[in-house]
Amino acid sequence: MIINHPLLGPRDAQEFTYLGDASLIDRPDWQAPDAARTFYEYHYLRDNPAGEHRELWFHEQGDRSWLVVTRNTLTHEITKVELAREVARTRGRSA
Amino acid sequence: MRYSGFKVIKEALTGHKGWTPAWRDPAPQADYDIVIIGGGGHGLATAYYLAKQFGGKRIAVLEKGWIGGGNVGRNTTIIRSNYLLDGNEPFYEFSLKLWEGLEQDFNFNAMISQRGILNLIHTDAQRDAFIRRGNAMMLNGADAELLSVAQIRARYPFMNFDNARFPIKGGLAQHRGGTVRHDAVAWGYARGADARGVDIIQNCEVTGFRIENGICKGVETSRGFIGASKVGCAVAGSSGRLMAKAGMRLPIESHVLQAFVSEGLKPVMPGVVTFGAGHFYCSQSDKGGLVFGGDIDGYNSYAQRGNLPVVEDVVESGMALFPMLGRVRLLRMWGGIMDMSMDGSPIIDRTHIGGLYFNGGWCYGGFKATPASGWCFAHLLARDEPHPVATAYRFDRFEKGRMIDEKGMGAQPNLH
Ligand SMILES: Cc1cc2nc3c(=O)[nH]c(=O)nc-3n(C[C@H](O)[C@H](O)[C@H](O)COP(=O)(O)OP(=O)(O)OC[C@H]3O[C@@H](n4cnc5c(N)ncnc54)[C@H](O)[C@@H]3O)c2cc1C
Repeated sequence: MIINHPLLGPRDAQEFTYLGDASLIDRPDWQAPDAARTFYEYHYLRDNPAGEHRELWFHEQGDRSWLVVTRNTLTHEITKVELAREVARTRGRSA
Repeated sequence: MRYSGFKVIKEALTGHKGWTPAWRDPAPQADYDIVIIGGGGHGLATAYYLAKQFGGKRIAVLEKGWIGGGNVGRNTTIIRSNYLLDGNEPFYEFSLKLWEGLEQDFNFNAMISQRGILNLIHTDAQRDAFIRRGNAMMLNGADAELLSVAQIRARYPFMNFDNARFPIKGGLAQHRGGTVRHDAVAWGYARGADARGVDIIQNCEVTGFRIENGICKGVETSRGFIGASKVGCAVAGSSGRLMAKAGMRLPIESHVLQAFVSEGLKPVMPGVVTFGAGHFYCSQSDKGGLVFGGDIDGYNSYAQRGNLPVVEDVVESGMALFPMLGRVRLLRMWGGIMDMSMDGSPIIDRTHIGGLYFNGGWCYGGFKATPASGWCFAHLLARDEPHPVATAYRFDRFEKGRMIDEKGMGAQPNLH
Protein backbone atom coordinates (compact mmCIF):
# COMPACT_ATOMS: atom_id res chain seq x y z
CA MET A 1 0.00 0.00 0.00
CA ILE A 2 1.13 3.53 -0.79
CA ILE A 3 0.11 6.36 1.52
CA ASN A 4 0.13 9.78 -0.09
CA HIS A 5 1.58 11.88 2.76
CA PRO A 6 0.24 15.47 2.58
CA LEU A 7 3.73 16.95 3.17
CA LEU A 8 6.10 14.29 1.83
CA GLY A 9 4.22 12.75 -1.05
CA PRO A 10 3.69 9.03 -1.73
CA ARG A 11 5.33 6.75 0.85
CA ASP A 12 5.30 2.98 1.32
CA ALA A 13 2.94 1.95 4.10
CA GLN A 14 5.84 -0.03 5.57
CA GLU A 15 7.27 3.24 6.89
CA PHE A 16 4.22 3.66 9.11
CA THR A 17 2.82 2.08 12.26
CA TYR A 18 -0.91 1.60 12.52
CA LEU A 19 -2.84 2.68 15.59
CA GLY A 20 -6.46 2.02 14.69
CA ASP A 21 -9.76 3.83 14.32
CA ALA A 22 -9.35 7.62 13.94
CA SER A 23 -12.16 8.08 16.45
CA LEU A 24 -9.35 7.74 19.02
CA ILE A 25 -8.75 11.45 18.38
CA ASP A 26 -12.05 12.16 20.12
CA ARG A 27 -10.88 11.52 23.67
CA PRO A 28 -13.82 11.95 26.08
CA ASP A 29 -13.92 14.52 28.86
CA TRP A 30 -12.44 12.87 31.95
CA GLN A 31 -14.39 15.21 34.24
CA ALA A 32 -17.80 14.40 32.78
CA PRO A 33 -20.15 12.56 35.16
CA ASP A 34 -20.36 9.59 32.79
CA ALA A 35 -16.59 9.50 32.15
CA ALA A 36 -16.20 5.84 33.21
CA ARG A 37 -18.72 4.76 30.63
CA THR A 38 -17.47 7.01 27.82
CA PHE A 39 -13.86 5.99 28.38
CA TYR A 40 -14.83 2.33 28.28
CA GLU A 41 -16.57 2.91 24.95
CA TYR A 42 -13.72 5.06 23.65
CA HIS A 43 -11.10 2.49 24.62
CA TYR A 44 -12.71 -0.78 23.71
CA LEU A 45 -15.71 -0.52 21.39
CA ARG A 46 -15.31 -0.16 17.64
CA ASP A 47 -17.54 0.42 14.59
CA ASN A 48 -15.23 -1.92 12.66
CA PRO A 49 -16.81 -1.16 9.27
CA ALA A 50 -16.46 -3.21 6.09
CA GLY A 51 -15.80 -0.43 3.61
CA GLU A 52 -14.60 3.09 4.24
CA HIS A 53 -12.61 3.46 7.46
CA ARG A 54 -10.79 6.49 8.89
CA GLU A 55 -7.71 5.38 10.75
CA LEU A 56 -4.55 6.65 12.39
CA TRP A 57 -1.12 5.94 10.91
CA PHE A 58 2.15 7.13 12.47
CA HIS A 59 5.01 7.95 10.12
CA GLU A 60 7.53 6.31 12.42
CA GLN A 61 10.30 5.90 9.88
CA GLY A 62 9.73 9.32 8.32
CA ASP A 63 8.77 12.69 9.73
CA ARG A 64 7.04 11.12 12.77
CA SER A 65 3.76 12.83 11.95
CA TRP A 66 0.37 11.27 12.64
CA LEU A 67 -1.98 10.93 9.69
CA VAL A 68 -5.68 10.23 9.32
CA VAL A 69 -5.97 7.86 6.39
CA THR A 70 -9.34 7.08 4.80
CA ARG A 71 -9.04 3.54 3.47
CA ASN A 72 -11.47 0.92 2.24
CA THR A 73 -11.13 -2.19 4.41
CA LEU A 74 -12.49 -4.40 1.60
CA THR A 75 -10.19 -3.20 -1.19
CA HIS A 76 -7.31 -1.41 0.65
CA GLU A 77 -8.00 1.62 -1.58
CA ILE A 78 -6.90 4.88 0.06
CA THR A 79 -9.06 7.88 -0.84
CA LYS A 80 -7.90 10.59 1.54
CA VAL A 81 -4.86 11.38 3.70
CA GLU A 82 -4.87 14.22 6.22
CA LEU A 83 -2.53 15.38 8.97
CA ALA A 84 -4.05 14.20 12.25
CA ARG A 85 -3.07 17.58 13.72
CA GLU A 86 -5.29 19.38 11.20
CA VAL A 87 -8.16 17.00 11.84
CA ALA A 88 -7.83 17.51 15.58
CA ARG A 89 -7.68 21.29 15.11
CA THR A 90 -10.84 21.43 13.05
CA ARG A 91 -12.53 19.61 15.93
CA GLY A 92 -11.16 22.11 18.42
CA ARG A 93 -8.86 19.57 20.05
CA SER A 94 -5.49 21.16 19.43
CA ALA A 95 -3.94 24.63 19.51
CA MET B 1 -24.65 -44.23 7.65
CA ARG B 2 -21.80 -45.14 9.94
CA TYR B 3 -18.26 -45.27 8.61
CA SER B 4 -16.11 -48.27 9.50
CA GLY B 5 -13.30 -50.40 8.11
CA PHE B 6 -15.85 -53.04 7.22
CA LYS B 7 -17.93 -50.49 5.28
CA VAL B 8 -14.87 -49.30 3.33
CA ILE B 9 -14.04 -52.85 2.27
CA LYS B 10 -17.65 -53.63 1.40
CA GLU B 11 -17.90 -50.51 -0.76
CA ALA B 12 -14.58 -51.25 -2.41
CA LEU B 13 -15.91 -54.64 -3.46
CA THR B 14 -19.29 -53.36 -4.65
CA GLY B 15 -18.20 -50.42 -6.79
CA HIS B 16 -18.65 -47.64 -4.21
CA LYS B 17 -22.37 -47.38 -4.95
CA GLY B 18 -23.52 -47.32 -1.33
CA TRP B 19 -22.07 -44.00 -0.15
CA THR B 20 -24.70 -41.37 0.59
CA PRO B 21 -24.32 -37.60 1.14
CA ALA B 22 -22.91 -36.82 4.57
CA TRP B 23 -25.64 -34.29 5.31
CA ARG B 24 -29.01 -33.28 3.85
CA ASP B 25 -29.74 -30.05 2.00
CA PRO B 26 -33.03 -28.98 3.60
CA ALA B 27 -35.05 -25.87 2.76
CA PRO B 28 -35.31 -23.45 5.69
CA GLN B 29 -38.40 -23.83 7.87
CA ALA B 30 -40.45 -20.85 9.01
CA ASP B 31 -39.09 -21.01 12.54
CA TYR B 32 -36.79 -22.91 14.87
CA ASP B 33 -36.10 -23.14 18.57
CA ILE B 34 -32.48 -22.21 18.01
CA VAL B 35 -30.80 -20.69 14.98
CA ILE B 36 -27.00 -20.62 14.78
CA ILE B 37 -25.52 -18.11 12.35
CA GLY B 38 -22.28 -19.30 10.76
CA GLY B 39 -21.46 -22.75 9.40
CA GLY B 40 -17.84 -22.73 10.48
CA GLY B 41 -16.29 -25.07 13.02
CA HIS B 42 -17.74 -23.22 15.99
CA GLY B 43 -21.29 -22.91 14.63
CA LEU B 44 -21.46 -26.55 13.56
CA ALA B 45 -19.93 -27.78 16.83
CA THR B 46 -22.49 -25.72 18.73
CA ALA B 47 -25.35 -27.31 16.79
CA TYR B 48 -23.84 -30.78 17.22
CA TYR B 49 -23.49 -30.52 21.00
CA LEU B 50 -26.87 -28.81 21.33
CA ALA B 51 -28.52 -31.76 19.63
CA LYS B 52 -26.36 -34.48 21.16
CA GLN B 53 -25.49 -33.26 24.64
CA PHE B 54 -28.17 -30.79 25.61
CA GLY B 55 -31.25 -32.38 24.06
CA GLY B 56 -31.96 -29.43 21.78
CA LYS B 57 -34.69 -29.78 19.16
CA ARG B 58 -35.51 -27.83 15.98
CA ILE B 59 -32.10 -26.35 15.37
CA ALA B 60 -30.75 -24.75 12.20
CA VAL B 61 -27.30 -23.58 11.14
CA LEU B 62 -27.35 -20.78 8.57
CA GLU B 63 -24.27 -20.34 6.40
CA LYS B 64 -23.90 -17.60 3.83
CA GLY B 65 -21.55 -19.64 1.62
CA TRP B 66 -20.71 -23.30 2.00
CA ILE B 67 -19.87 -24.87 5.34
CA GLY B 68 -16.19 -25.04 6.10
CA GLY B 69 -15.32 -22.29 3.63
CA GLY B 70 -14.35 -19.81 6.34
CA ASN B 71 -11.52 -19.82 8.82
CA VAL B 72 -12.10 -23.43 9.78
CA GLY B 73 -10.76 -24.33 6.34
CA ARG B 74 -8.06 -21.64 6.23
CA ASN B 75 -6.08 -21.99 9.42
CA THR B 76 -2.74 -23.62 10.14
CA THR B 77 -4.48 -26.46 12.02
CA ILE B 78 -2.56 -26.23 15.29
CA ILE B 79 -4.21 -27.48 18.48
CA ARG B 80 -2.74 -27.11 21.96
CA SER B 81 -3.65 -26.08 25.50
CA ASN B 82 -0.48 -24.30 26.57
CA TYR B 83 -2.07 -21.23 28.12
CA LEU B 84 -1.22 -19.49 31.36
CA LEU B 85 -4.20 -17.60 32.76
CA ASP B 86 -6.99 -19.01 34.92
CA GLY B 87 -9.65 -17.72 32.53
CA ASN B 88 -8.07 -19.63 29.64
CA GLU B 89 -6.18 -22.76 30.63
CA PRO B 90 -9.11 -24.88 31.89
CA PHE B 91 -11.08 -23.97 28.76
CA TYR B 92 -8.34 -24.92 26.30
CA GLU B 93 -7.52 -28.10 28.20
CA PHE B 94 -11.21 -29.04 28.07
CA SER B 95 -10.99 -28.45 24.33
CA LEU B 96 -7.89 -30.61 23.92
CA LYS B 97 -9.60 -33.45 25.82
CA LEU B 98 -12.57 -33.18 23.47
CA TRP B 99 -10.22 -33.31 20.47
CA GLU B 100 -8.73 -36.50 21.87
CA GLY B 101 -12.06 -38.27 21.72
CA LEU B 102 -13.58 -36.44 18.79
CA GLU B 103 -13.19 -38.92 15.95
CA GLN B 104 -14.75 -41.76 17.94
CA ASP B 105 -17.45 -39.40 19.11
CA PHE B 106 -18.58 -38.19 15.69
CA ASN B 107 -17.45 -41.25 13.68
CA PHE B 108 -15.44 -39.21 11.20
CA ASN B 109 -11.74 -39.16 10.42
CA ALA B 110 -10.44 -35.67 11.23
CA MET B 111 -6.82 -36.85 11.15
CA ILE B 112 -6.14 -35.61 14.66
CA SER B 113 -2.42 -35.99 15.13
CA GLN B 114 -0.88 -35.39 18.54
CA ARG B 115 2.60 -34.86 17.16
CA GLY B 116 3.51 -32.37 19.87
CA ILE B 117 4.10 -28.66 19.95
CA LEU B 118 7.36 -26.98 20.96
CA ASN B 119 7.65 -23.31 21.97
CA LEU B 120 11.26 -22.23 21.67
CA ILE B 121 13.12 -20.35 24.40
CA HIS B 122 15.68 -17.70 23.42
CA THR B 123 16.36 -15.77 26.65
CA ASP B 124 16.55 -16.47 30.37
CA ALA B 125 13.47 -14.32 30.95
CA GLN B 126 11.56 -16.37 28.42
CA ARG B 127 12.67 -19.55 30.18
CA ASP B 128 11.28 -18.23 33.48
CA ALA B 129 8.01 -17.31 31.78
CA PHE B 130 7.72 -20.74 30.15
CA ILE B 131 8.48 -22.58 33.39
CA ARG B 132 5.68 -20.63 35.00
CA ARG B 133 3.38 -21.40 32.10
CA GLY B 134 4.28 -25.08 32.20
CA ASN B 135 3.43 -25.17 35.90
CA ALA B 136 0.10 -23.43 35.27
CA MET B 137 -0.66 -26.01 32.61
CA MET B 138 0.15 -28.95 34.87
CA LEU B 139 -1.94 -27.47 37.69
CA ASN B 140 -4.86 -27.59 35.27
CA GLY B 141 -4.25 -31.19 34.29
CA ALA B 142 -2.46 -30.49 31.02
CA ASP B 143 0.95 -31.90 30.10
CA ALA B 144 4.08 -29.78 29.78
CA GLU B 145 7.78 -30.55 29.63
CA LEU B 146 10.80 -28.27 29.56
CA LEU B 147 13.25 -29.52 26.95
CA SER B 148 17.00 -28.92 26.89
CA VAL B 149 18.90 -27.81 23.81
CA ALA B 150 20.29 -31.34 23.41
CA GLN B 151 16.79 -32.84 23.45
CA ILE B 152 15.62 -30.34 20.84
CA ARG B 153 18.69 -30.93 18.66
CA ALA B 154 17.96 -34.62 18.58
CA ARG B 155 14.47 -33.97 17.21
CA TYR B 156 15.04 -30.88 15.06
CA PRO B 157 18.71 -31.04 13.98
CA PHE B 158 18.15 -28.58 11.13
CA MET B 159 17.20 -25.55 13.22
CA ASN B 160 19.58 -22.61 13.57
CA PHE B 161 20.54 -23.00 17.23
CA ASP B 162 23.18 -20.26 17.18
CA ASN B 163 21.25 -17.41 15.58
CA ALA B 164 23.02 -14.25 16.76
CA ARG B 165 19.85 -12.53 17.93
CA PHE B 166 17.72 -15.47 18.98
CA PRO B 167 19.89 -18.43 19.99
CA ILE B 168 17.80 -21.45 20.99
CA LYS B 169 18.17 -22.06 24.71
CA GLY B 170 15.50 -24.70 25.25
CA GLY B 171 11.81 -25.11 24.76
CA LEU B 172 8.47 -25.81 26.38
CA ALA B 173 6.85 -28.87 24.86
CA GLN B 174 3.27 -30.03 25.03
CA HIS B 175 3.33 -33.55 23.63
CA ARG B 176 -0.46 -33.80 23.42
CA GLY B 177 -0.64 -30.75 21.14
CA GLY B 178 -0.55 -31.23 17.39
CA THR B 179 -2.54 -30.74 14.21
CA VAL B 180 -5.94 -31.67 12.77
CA ARG B 181 -7.30 -31.90 9.25
CA HIS B 182 -9.20 -28.64 9.65
CA ASP B 183 -12.00 -28.87 7.07
CA ALA B 184 -12.81 -32.41 8.17
CA VAL B 185 -13.73 -30.91 11.53
CA ALA B 186 -16.50 -28.90 9.88
CA TRP B 187 -17.65 -31.92 7.87
CA GLY B 188 -17.60 -34.25 10.86
CA TYR B 189 -19.62 -31.90 13.03
CA ALA B 190 -22.02 -31.16 10.17
CA ARG B 191 -22.61 -34.83 9.57
CA GLY B 192 -23.09 -35.53 13.27
CA ALA B 193 -25.47 -32.60 13.70
CA ASP B 194 -27.45 -33.49 10.58
CA ALA B 195 -27.86 -37.06 11.77
CA ARG B 196 -29.44 -35.66 14.95
CA GLY B 197 -31.94 -33.57 13.01
CA VAL B 198 -30.17 -30.22 12.70
CA ASP B 199 -30.97 -28.37 9.46
CA ILE B 200 -27.75 -27.18 7.85
CA ILE B 201 -28.75 -24.46 5.41
CA GLN B 202 -26.05 -23.26 3.05
CA ASN B 203 -26.17 -20.25 0.74
CA CYS B 204 -28.29 -18.47 3.31
CA GLU B 205 -26.84 -15.16 4.44
CA VAL B 206 -28.18 -13.45 7.52
CA THR B 207 -28.80 -9.83 6.55
CA GLY B 208 -30.47 -8.53 9.67
CA PHE B 209 -32.27 -9.26 12.93
CA ARG B 210 -35.91 -8.80 13.79
CA ILE B 211 -35.83 -7.20 17.22
CA GLU B 212 -39.07 -6.21 18.94
CA ASN B 213 -39.10 -4.55 22.38
CA GLY B 214 -35.53 -5.60 23.01
CA ILE B 215 -36.19 -9.25 22.13
CA CYS B 216 -34.80 -10.98 19.07
CA LYS B 217 -37.56 -12.81 17.20
CA GLY B 218 -35.50 -14.20 14.35
CA VAL B 219 -33.26 -13.29 11.47
CA GLU B 220 -33.71 -11.79 8.02
CA THR B 221 -31.86 -13.83 5.45
CA SER B 222 -31.23 -14.00 1.73
CA ARG B 223 -33.81 -16.81 1.78
CA GLY B 224 -36.46 -14.92 3.74
CA PHE B 225 -37.29 -14.39 7.40
CA ILE B 226 -36.54 -17.26 9.76
CA GLY B 227 -38.07 -17.07 13.21
CA ALA B 228 -36.24 -18.35 16.28
CA SER B 229 -36.65 -18.34 20.05
CA LYS B 230 -32.89 -18.06 20.37
CA VAL B 231 -30.26 -16.87 17.92
CA GLY B 232 -26.57 -17.63 18.40
CA CYS B 233 -24.03 -15.76 16.30
CA ALA B 234 -20.74 -17.59 15.51
CA VAL B 235 -19.41 -15.92 12.38
CA ALA B 236 -15.70 -15.58 13.22
CA GLY B 237 -14.17 -12.56 11.40
CA SER B 238 -17.59 -11.16 10.43
CA SER B 239 -18.74 -10.52 14.01
CA GLY B 240 -18.39 -6.73 13.88
CA ARG B 241 -20.21 -6.50 10.59
CA LEU B 242 -23.08 -8.77 11.64
CA MET B 243 -23.63 -7.55 15.19
CA ALA B 244 -23.74 -3.96 13.87
CA LYS B 245 -27.02 -5.05 12.27
CA ALA B 246 -28.34 -5.68 15.78
CA GLY B 247 -27.13 -2.21 16.72
CA MET B 248 -24.14 -3.44 18.72
CA ARG B 249 -20.57 -2.18 18.79
CA LEU B 250 -18.11 -4.84 19.90
CA PRO B 251 -14.67 -4.75 21.52
CA ILE B 252 -13.42 -6.24 18.27
CA GLU B 253 -11.57 -5.23 15.11
CA SER B 254 -11.27 -7.37 11.98
CA HIS B 255 -7.76 -8.16 10.80
CA VAL B 256 -6.23 -10.41 8.20
CA LEU B 257 -3.86 -13.26 9.03
CA GLN B 258 -1.95 -15.01 6.29
CA ALA B 259 -0.79 -18.60 6.06
CA PHE B 260 1.59 -20.34 3.70
CA VAL B 261 2.28 -23.80 2.42
CA SER B 262 5.37 -25.09 0.63
CA GLU B 263 5.71 -27.76 -2.01
CA GLY B 264 5.46 -31.31 -0.68
CA LEU B 265 8.58 -32.67 1.02
CA LYS B 266 9.54 -35.95 2.60
CA PRO B 267 8.84 -35.99 6.34
CA VAL B 268 11.25 -33.52 7.97
CA MET B 269 9.24 -31.75 10.69
CA PRO B 270 8.13 -34.23 13.34
CA GLY B 271 5.97 -31.76 15.27
CA VAL B 272 4.83 -28.16 15.50
CA VAL B 273 7.47 -25.53 16.29
CA THR B 274 6.77 -21.96 17.35
CA PHE B 275 9.40 -19.25 17.27
CA GLY B 276 7.70 -16.59 19.37
CA ALA B 277 10.54 -14.08 19.29
CA GLY B 278 10.54 -13.99 15.50
CA HIS B 279 6.78 -14.56 15.04
CA PHE B 280 6.83 -17.75 13.06
CA TYR B 281 5.26 -21.17 13.51
CA CYS B 282 5.49 -24.23 11.36
CA SER B 283 4.36 -27.82 10.98
CA GLN B 284 4.35 -30.31 8.13
CA SER B 285 1.06 -31.46 6.69
CA ASP B 286 0.31 -35.09 6.01
CA LYS B 287 0.70 -34.32 2.31
CA GLY B 288 4.24 -33.10 2.98
CA GLY B 289 3.87 -29.34 2.64
CA LEU B 290 5.40 -27.13 5.31
CA VAL B 291 2.51 -25.11 6.71
CA PHE B 292 3.54 -21.87 8.37
CA GLY B 293 2.49 -18.40 9.37
CA GLY B 294 3.44 -15.36 11.40
CA ASP B 295 1.98 -12.02 12.39
CA ILE B 296 -1.27 -10.40 11.32
CA ASP B 297 -1.00 -7.74 8.63
CA GLY B 298 -1.70 -5.16 11.29
CA TYR B 299 -4.59 -2.98 10.10
CA ASN B 300 -8.34 -3.44 9.84
CA SER B 301 -9.24 -5.55 6.85
CA TYR B 302 -12.06 -7.56 5.36
CA ALA B 303 -10.11 -8.19 2.17
CA GLN B 304 -9.41 -11.92 2.78
CA ARG B 305 -6.02 -11.52 1.20
CA GLY B 306 -2.78 -10.30 2.66
CA ASN B 307 -0.16 -7.85 1.56
CA LEU B 308 3.40 -8.60 0.50
CA PRO B 309 5.35 -6.96 3.37
CA VAL B 310 4.06 -9.61 5.77
CA VAL B 311 4.99 -12.38 3.34
CA GLU B 312 8.54 -11.07 3.41
CA ASP B 313 8.51 -10.75 7.18
CA VAL B 314 7.23 -14.28 7.78
CA VAL B 315 9.66 -15.80 5.34
CA GLU B 316 12.57 -13.89 6.92
CA SER B 317 11.62 -15.24 10.35
CA GLY B 318 11.32 -18.71 8.90
CA MET B 319 14.73 -18.50 7.30
CA ALA B 320 16.25 -17.30 10.58
CA LEU B 321 14.97 -20.42 12.31
CA PHE B 322 15.13 -23.00 9.52
CA PRO B 323 17.84 -21.99 7.01
CA MET B 324 16.81 -25.02 4.94
CA LEU B 325 13.60 -23.20 4.01
CA GLY B 326 15.63 -21.19 1.50
CA ARG B 327 15.71 -24.21 -0.79
CA VAL B 328 11.98 -24.86 -0.60
CA ARG B 329 9.44 -23.44 -3.04
CA LEU B 330 6.35 -21.72 -1.71
CA LEU B 331 3.23 -23.23 -3.18
CA ARG B 332 0.41 -21.09 -1.88
CA MET B 333 -0.45 -18.28 0.51
CA TRP B 334 -3.85 -17.04 1.59
CA GLY B 335 -5.48 -14.82 4.18
CA GLY B 336 -8.38 -15.16 6.57
CA ILE B 337 -10.27 -12.47 8.45
CA MET B 338 -10.34 -12.79 12.19
CA ASP B 339 -11.96 -10.93 15.03
CA MET B 340 -9.19 -9.32 17.04
CA SER B 341 -10.63 -8.67 20.48
CA MET B 342 -9.22 -5.94 22.68
CA ASP B 343 -7.49 -8.33 25.08
CA GLY B 344 -6.83 -11.19 22.68
CA SER B 345 -9.40 -13.49 24.32
CA PRO B 346 -12.80 -14.68 23.11
CA ILE B 347 -16.35 -13.82 24.10
CA ILE B 348 -19.09 -16.41 24.71
CA ASP B 349 -22.00 -14.54 26.24
CA ARG B 350 -25.55 -13.32 26.09
CA THR B 351 -26.06 -9.89 24.57
CA HIS B 352 -28.26 -7.18 26.09
CA ILE B 353 -30.87 -8.16 23.47
CA GLY B 354 -33.16 -10.95 24.68
CA GLY B 355 -32.69 -14.23 22.83
CA LEU B 356 -29.51 -13.07 21.06
CA TYR B 357 -26.24 -14.79 21.99
CA PHE B 358 -22.72 -14.20 20.80
CA ASN B 359 -19.63 -16.32 20.22
CA GLY B 360 -16.61 -14.57 18.72
CA GLY B 361 -13.39 -12.69 19.25
CA TRP B 362 -11.27 -15.80 18.71
CA CYS B 363 -8.39 -13.85 17.24
CA TYR B 364 -5.92 -16.15 15.54
CA GLY B 365 -6.25 -19.00 18.00
CA GLY B 366 -9.81 -20.17 17.69
CA PHE B 367 -9.36 -23.37 15.75
CA LYS B 368 -8.02 -25.30 18.74
CA ALA B 369 -11.02 -23.99 20.66
CA THR B 370 -13.60 -25.42 18.23
CA PRO B 371 -14.89 -28.36 20.35
CA ALA B 372 -14.94 -26.46 23.66
CA SER B 373 -16.37 -23.35 22.03
CA GLY B 374 -19.19 -25.39 20.53
CA TRP B 375 -19.82 -27.21 23.79
CA CYS B 376 -19.80 -24.07 25.95
CA PHE B 377 -21.92 -22.06 23.50
CA ALA B 378 -24.42 -24.92 23.36
CA HIS B 379 -24.44 -24.97 27.16
CA LEU B 380 -25.16 -21.23 27.25
CA LEU B 381 -27.88 -21.45 24.61
CA ALA B 382 -29.56 -24.44 26.24
CA ARG B 383 -29.32 -23.45 29.89
CA ASP B 384 -28.86 -19.68 29.80
CA GLU B 385 -25.83 -19.88 32.04
CA PRO B 386 -22.15 -20.05 31.13
CA HIS B 387 -20.34 -23.36 31.20
CA PRO B 388 -17.93 -23.52 34.19
CA VAL B 389 -14.81 -23.32 31.98
CA ALA B 390 -16.11 -20.34 30.01
CA THR B 391 -17.26 -18.05 32.81
CA ALA B 392 -14.53 -15.49 32.12
CA TYR B 393 -15.50 -14.92 28.49
CA ARG B 394 -18.00 -12.17 29.19
CA PHE B 395 -18.70 -8.91 27.36
CA ASP B 396 -18.51 -6.83 30.51
CA ARG B 397 -14.94 -7.80 31.37
CA PHE B 398 -13.58 -4.73 29.58
CA GLU B 399 -15.84 -2.40 31.51
CA LYS B 400 -15.05 -4.12 34.79
CA GLY B 401 -11.31 -4.29 34.23
CA ARG B 402 -11.23 -8.11 34.19
CA MET B 403 -9.40 -8.49 30.90
CA ILE B 404 -7.87 -11.86 30.03
CA ASP B 405 -4.75 -10.45 28.52
CA GLU B 406 -2.82 -13.66 27.91
CA LYS B 407 -0.01 -11.98 26.01
CA GLY B 408 0.23 -8.94 28.26
CA MET B 409 -0.14 -6.54 25.36
CA GLY B 410 -3.03 -4.36 26.47
CA ALA B 411 -5.97 -2.91 24.69
CA GLN B 412 -4.39 -2.83 21.25
CA PRO B 413 -5.71 -5.42 18.88
CA ASN B 414 -2.93 -4.78 16.43
CA LEU B 415 -0.39 -5.93 18.98
CA HIS B 416 -1.75 -9.40 19.63
C1 LIG C 1 -4.50 -18.00 8.38
C2 LIG C 1 -5.07 -18.42 9.70
C3 LIG C 1 -4.38 -19.34 10.50
C4 LIG C 1 -4.90 -19.76 11.71
N1 LIG C 1 -4.23 -20.73 12.42
C5 LIG C 1 -4.77 -21.22 13.56
C6 LIG C 1 -4.14 -22.30 14.26
O1 LIG C 1 -3.11 -22.85 13.82
N2 LIG C 1 -4.70 -22.75 15.43
C7 LIG C 1 -5.83 -22.18 15.94
O2 LIG C 1 -6.25 -22.58 17.01
N3 LIG C 1 -6.48 -21.17 15.28
C8 LIG C 1 -5.99 -20.69 14.10
N4 LIG C 1 -6.65 -19.68 13.41
C9 LIG C 1 -7.90 -19.12 13.96
C10 LIG C 1 -9.10 -19.98 13.67
O3 LIG C 1 -9.09 -20.43 12.34
C11 LIG C 1 -10.42 -19.23 13.92
O4 LIG C 1 -10.39 -18.57 15.17
C12 LIG C 1 -11.61 -20.16 13.95
O5 LIG C 1 -11.53 -21.10 12.91
C13 LIG C 1 -12.87 -19.34 13.82
O6 LIG C 1 -14.06 -20.09 14.02
P1 LIG C 1 -14.93 -20.80 12.87
O7 LIG C 1 -14.19 -22.00 12.45
O8 LIG C 1 -16.28 -21.05 13.31
O9 LIG C 1 -14.93 -19.66 11.75
P2 LIG C 1 -15.38 -19.75 10.22
O10 LIG C 1 -15.02 -21.06 9.64
O11 LIG C 1 -14.85 -18.52 9.56
O12 LIG C 1 -16.95 -19.69 10.37
C14 LIG C 1 -17.74 -18.54 10.32
C15 LIG C 1 -18.76 -18.74 9.22
O13 LIG C 1 -19.75 -17.73 9.31
C16 LIG C 1 -20.19 -17.46 8.00
N5 LIG C 1 -20.86 -16.16 7.99
C17 LIG C 1 -20.33 -14.93 8.16
N6 LIG C 1 -21.27 -13.98 8.08
C18 LIG C 1 -22.44 -14.62 7.88
C19 LIG C 1 -23.79 -14.18 7.70
N7 LIG C 1 -24.10 -12.88 7.73
N8 LIG C 1 -24.75 -15.11 7.51
C20 LIG C 1 -24.44 -16.44 7.47
N9 LIG C 1 -23.20 -16.91 7.62
C21 LIG C 1 -22.21 -16.01 7.82
C22 LIG C 1 -18.92 -17.49 7.17
O14 LIG C 1 -19.18 -17.68 5.80
C23 LIG C 1 -18.17 -18.65 7.81
O15 LIG C 1 -18.35 -19.87 7.15
C24 LIG C 1 -6.13 -19.23 12.18
C25 LIG C 1 -6.83 -18.30 11.39
C26 LIG C 1 -6.32 -17.90 10.16
C27 LIG C 1 -7.09 -16.92 9.33
